Amino acid sequence: MKNFLKRYRFTLVMVLVTIGLYLFSPTTGEKALDTIGYSFKELLSVLPPIFILLGLLDVWVPKETMMKYMGEGSGLKGVLISIFIGSAAAGPLYGAFPLAGVFMKKGVKFTNVLIFIGAWSTTKIPMFLFELTALGTRFAVTRLIASMVGIFIIAHLVDKSTSKEEVDQIYATAVKMNS
Amino acid sequence: MQTAMFYLLAIGLLILSYSKDKMKTKKSVMKAVKSIENMMPQFIGIIILVGVMLAVIDPQTISRFIGSGSGWLGVALAAIVGGITLIPGFIAFPTAALLLHGGAGYMQVGAFVSSLMMVGVVTVPLETKFFGKKVTFKRNILAFLYAFVVAFIIGKVMGEI
Repeated sequence: MKNFLKRYRFTLVMVLVTIGLYLFSPTTGEKALDTIGYSFKELLSVLPPIFILLGLLDVWVPKETMMKYMGEGSGLKGVLISIFIGSAAAGPLYGAFPLAGVFMKKGVKFTNVLIFIGAWSTTKIPMFLFELTALGTRFAVTRLIASMVGIFIIAHLVDKSTSKEEVDQIYATAVKMNS
Repeated sequence: MQTAMFYLLAIGLLILSYSKDKMKTKKSVMKAVKSIENMMPQFIGIIILVGVMLAVIDPQTISRFIGSGSGWLGVALAAIVGGITLIPGFIAFPTAALLLHGGAGYMQVGAFVSSLMMVGVVTVPLETKFFGKKVTFKRNILAFLYAFVVAFIIGKVMGEI
């Protein structure tokens, strides 16, 4: 129970704020409830299949196999796989960091890790479908292409400006954190 | 539409998985349930926060600041707001659509969405743990600057500049 309260502290505070808002101004409160209800419906319909797919991936595909294809010398194949995993994943960007840590521990190339982070942040397939319906094809496709290019530019610039010693140190930390 | 597609794919693979190995399938489903439950507090909190924010903040006010006439200053403002806030995509895009309807420009919305997804000020502490200060700083700054590039390209394509 105490654990529950701690975990849902933020949620409970927000519920109180909403109640407060409703008492202060019923019209504004109703507006908030409308948006909240809409978002909830969307959340509940979209999440289950995505998480089922992630669960299956997690259980059926051994991480070691994934790493074999993304390390040094994996070339274009490694880049494409990094984009694919990043794009297929669900969840906010901070969900990508722990996975990136595991990638580094298993010897995935640094640029591939950066490309994976970029793909996770911006080219996610379900998100793209959201964007398509919300903002229109022209906007969404343009942004997707621009982002794809951006991912490579950013990964390249970060990689080039980071010394080998720094990368080694980051990898050493990743090994320590995941041991 | 896309949701139905994901359901079909998930159910299909689940059946395939079950026919191959019951235990493994059970494990995947348990993992899925656990991850959802893990993220629920955050999801619910953020949904309510954004709902309240959107009700209190008049979209027209925001749209005035980042309206199609607000130029690069509006782009910068949108990129900064996008970099600081943490809104999941399934809320971000309907919000962005609301902003557009309220009079915001495509360039500004492009910058907002781009930095929203690639820049994470709130998550810098977590990112630093995995990538160190320097790489985290570089990645976020570059992603922030890239939001301006995206704004420029979108402005061109949508005929705003």
